[in-house]
Amino acid sequence: MASSNKHKSISYAKWGYIFILPFFIAYGLFQLWPMFQTIRDSFYSKMTVGLIEYPEEFVGFDNYVDLFKEGEIFTYFGNTFIIWIIGFIPQIFISLLLAAWFTDLRLKIKAQGFFKVVIYLPNILMAAAVSMLFFAIFSDIGPINDVYKSITGSESPYQFFAHITSTRVIIAIINFIMWYGNTTILLMAAIMGVDPSLYEASEIDGATPSQTFWQITIPSIRPILIYVLVTSLIGGVQMYDIPQIITNGEGSPTRSSMTVVMYLNRQISVGKNYGKAGTISVVLFIVAAVLSLAVAAFNSKDQLAERKAAKLKKKKMKGALKI
Amino acid sequence: MTKLKRVLAGTMCLTMAGSMLTACGDSSSSSGSAADVAPVEQKKEGSEDSKNTIKIYVWNQEFQGLFRRYYPEYDAEKSGYDTTKNEKTGTGDDFLKDGKKVVWVVNENQGNNYQDKLDDALKKQADSDDKVDMFLIEADYALKYVNSGYTQPLKDIGITDDDTKEMYQYTKDVATATDGTLRAVSWQATPGLFAYRRDIAKEVLGTDDPAKVQEALADWDKFNDVAKKMKDKGYFMLSGYDDSYRTFSNNMSKPWVENDTIQVDDMLMKWVDQTKDFTDNGYNNKTSLWDDTWSADQGPSGKVFGFFYSTWGINFTLKGNSLEKSVDDGGKEEVGNGIYGQYAVCEGPAAYFWGGTWLCCATGSDNTDTVADIMKKMTCDGDIATNITKDTQDYTNNKSAMDAIASSDYASDFLGGQNHIALFAAAAPNIKMDKTTSYDQGLNEKFQAAFKDYFNGNATKDEALENFYKAAIELYPNLKKPS
Amino acid sequence: MSASTTDHVGEHTNKTKLLVRRIVAYVVLVLLTIISLLPFIIMIINATRSHPDIQKGFKFVLGSSFGSNFKHVFNNTDIPLLYGLRNSLIVAGCCALLSTYFSALTAYGIHVYDFKLKKFAFAFILVIMMVPAQVSALGFYRFMDSVGLTNNLIPLIVPSIAAPATFFFMKQYMDSSLPLEIVEAARIDGCGEFRTFNSIVMPILKPAMAVQGIFTFVANWNNYFIPSLIIDQKELKTLPIMVAQLRSADFLKFDLGQVYMMIFVAIIPVVVVYLALSKFIIRGVALGSVKG
Repeated sequence: MASSNKHKSISYAKWGYIFILPFFIAYGLFQLWPMFQTIRDSFYSKMTVGLIEYPEEFVGFDNYVDLFKEGEIFTYFGNTFIIWIIGFIPQIFISLLLAAWFTDLRLKIKAQGFFKVVIYLPNILMAAAVSMLFFAIFSDIGPINDVYKSITGSESPYQFFAHITSTRVIIAIINFIMWYGNTTILLMAAIMGVDPSLYEASEIDGATPSQTFWQITIPSIRPILIYVLVTSLIGGVQMYDIPQIITNGEGSPTRSSMTVVMYLNRQISVGKNYGKAGTISVVLFIVAAVLSLAVAAFNSKDQLAERKAAKLKKKKMKGALKI
Repeated sequence: MTKLKRVLAGTMCLTMAGSMLTACGDSSSSSGSAADVAPVEQKKEGSEDSKNTIKIYVWNQEFQGLFRRYYPEYDAEKSGYDTTKNEKTGTGDDFLKDGKKVVWVVNENQGNNYQDKLDDALKKQADSDDKVDMFLIEADYALKYVNSGYTQPLKDIGITDDDTKEMYQYTKDVATATDGTLRAVSWQATPGLFAYRRDIAKEVLGTDDPAKVQEALADWDKFNDVAKKMKDKGYFMLSGYDDSYRTFSNNMSKPWVENDTIQVDDMLMKWVDQTKDFTDNGYNNKTSLWDDTWSADQGPSGKVFGFFYSTWGINFTLKGNSLEKSVDDGGKEEVGNGIYGQYAVCEGPAAYFWGGTWLCCATGSDNTDTVADIMKKMTCDGDIATNITKDTQDYTNNKSAMDAIASSDYASDFLGGQNHIALFAAAAPNIKMDKTTSYDQGLNEKFQAAFKDYFNGNATKDEALENFYKAAIELYPNLKKPS
Repeated sequence: MSASTTDHVGEHTNKTKLLVRRIVAYVVLVLLTIISLLPFIIMIINATRSHPDIQKGFKFVLGSSFGSNFKHVFNNTDIPLLYGLRNSLIVAGCCALLSTYFSALTAYGIHVYDFKLKKFAFAFILVIMMVPAQVSALGFYRFMDSVGLTNNLIPLIVPSIAAPATFFFMKQYMDSSLPLEIVEAARIDGCGEFRTFNSIVMPILKPAMAVQGIFTFVANWNNYFIPSLIIDQKELKTLPIMVAQLRSADFLKFDLGQVYMMIFVAIIPVVVVYLALSKFIIRGVALGSVKG
């Protein structure tokens, strides 16, 4: 039995390679190969300014040393993180709340289908377009300022894009609007997957809805919460379109809304500083890879548990068959 | 789990190793060449197809429109161009009367996209059999192309000094290479003026007569005094931070860059100080160029005395913004609709220009005769220039044609009957363009952007300057901060 | 007696509490609905307004320029809208097909077969999943340029064969809903490996493929960055490039009414597809991450 099993897996192994081959060829050709060049660039001093190409020169780790010595990259990672967290906290809060409501059998929310469709809708828009639209409503003569002026009685508008906090918050709000629907639906599915007997038990024990939520729901959906956190964080690291459009690429005011990818983009806009761009790319790549590792770790732990459970199930079934 | 980590680590190592491998494998280093104005040698001839195609690089549709309407050799019928509506209705290619095809390569300017694509095409030109024939450039970066081997001296394609003698000198200065050859020509001249509200002038200065208003605004000290008066009566002198920028930057005493070092001219710091004063004293409405508040300030609800605008800005942007009901919504361009007729123009405190587009002939073009003809007709021909100005109210680059209109009884309804062409004609010869560099566009933009933080109170003057250098060197990594 | 009264009161307060909670829930939901629809409302309003009108500041009032904006966008032969729609449909459609099919194939290869590099392959894809496009974009452009594939839709389509995120989703889905027994059974029936995948496994994956297909479609429909590097011929431009082109138009042609109209036209197909398949999507989003 054992040997035939082994034999089987050997004879089918080539199919595994065949099936994954197109993916790896395409990836290697269109992503990996260009990426190698990016990584290579990071060890060279290399730039093109308009029509003038400067000779390239191997500089070892100088670009990295310069980048860290200059230290700006930390500021931009900081900006990116701050803008991300401002959006993420309400996102997870609202999404949890909605998911809890949608799944609450006693609450019986009507028109659920409608609400779910609507909250997901902003996700299908171009981020650039949404940014443009928000720029218009927060403008000095936009509707938000009309409201502001009528409430405060102030003559002059509040210049949202001239202040650090308001600019960051607006970017975060756009992120929030585009993504909270997605998160809600993920969390909802997770809550529906929780063993109903746990809820029955808590009801018998006379728990209040909030007690049930914090003591049963949250611990049960912890893996999904982590998944949401990590994927959102990775999306956050790549944040680009929205602050780019909102601040016209300047990361204004005083570069406080400049994200890492915007910073990367500035190295290759007019003058093409391939060396520095490559270095920032590699740093970004490493950060993203570390975050991916976190997903992988979380995922494999989860899978391990599941496999164990599956094995147990199989054993039980075998036992049952024997009987 | 540990196994997985090891696998992942292995993946990373492989990625890094791969990069080292490519690093070793590719030893050819590109030839770094500084600006060399000698024409680039062509290694390949254009194909038959390329010889029958005029390929033109542009970033927007402005020149396309003019070309179709005014170039005599354009085959309107074959190209599907409606000559009564002055609009292209067919979807096919454009053709010339000799059967040659005109191909427009339009790359929007967003994120330097136009120049990137153009640079790429020009660098490949020598080895390509599909030649670029003509491309368009703007003043702020004209020297980048003019001082390169990728543009042809115009005398080589048959455009003589005599052909260009009617052009304003500054339009030629902008496009003259270090070897003294003219390499680009423009159909426009874009002298700037100060456009002010007649009603506000009457109320605050007691007169709306352009000569008297000019007297009150003749230099910056007087200008600032008027600003205070405006404030006292509840008006703004200017709309935003950038409005007066070009009047300073066009009058710098030294070029932006020398020996790869950035130098900030005193004129620019004057602009900074003036704008900071204006902002802190409430003389401006804290807007930025082109934003909606800035546009609204030009309309009926605006409380701003005036705007620095050049030729096209007055006849298109300002006019459009002044209407209560826009033409698209069924409004008419006439007195009574918004503040149409309430503006007038005067020279203002300093001469400057804003905008303009130049035509270049690409080195390696296999249609130089056609390109030369296009240039001659569109930029040197007095009759066509007169027609363009009369039809579109754009100011064209032809001294005698413009002087003729200036001395005629031409009057603009929009400007309350003023003949502004006369003022343009007087202002155009005063424009100086001898301090330009190929970096002006980026440095001007970044300078204005960086100091917005200072005006807004988010940064000190030194911090703003520091941020400007940072942004400037990101843009042009070959440049240095002054030590 | 007394016990029953307290019960009654308790029930009463519970009911009020529930009512209050319900009211709060509906108020929040209605607010969120408004916020979510806000971008669409602004866009539609601005698409009906003329450029000078838009420049006077946003107001929640419909304008009267919808017709003229539409005519301007539609009649602009240098930014041919119909070509843009066609190109975007081709690119987004092909990407959706290729990416879902090959991601499923790859996920299946790793899910079902045992081979030496399996773990490595899986880990590798996980690591590359999060790499931002900007990291390899310039190299990609240089490569495509060197093989003469600029101004061609192929470089916008074929790379979607390798879509790590789609793969990840498929793999997750298979873990939860593709028992290996089915594959075994097919083999016993003498079914070839490819046939097993195409005719037995694919139908099981349908929900996941639909969801990922739509996501890929939307993502590519909205993609500006890579297409703008590759394409500069007007007949091959995709809609986001055209929107960018309108936004950077010269002062003569700069017309925000047209810009909003173009955005409006550009999102209609996506909204239609989304609304038609919304039930599918909402059920599907959770498929890959949650094991049922």
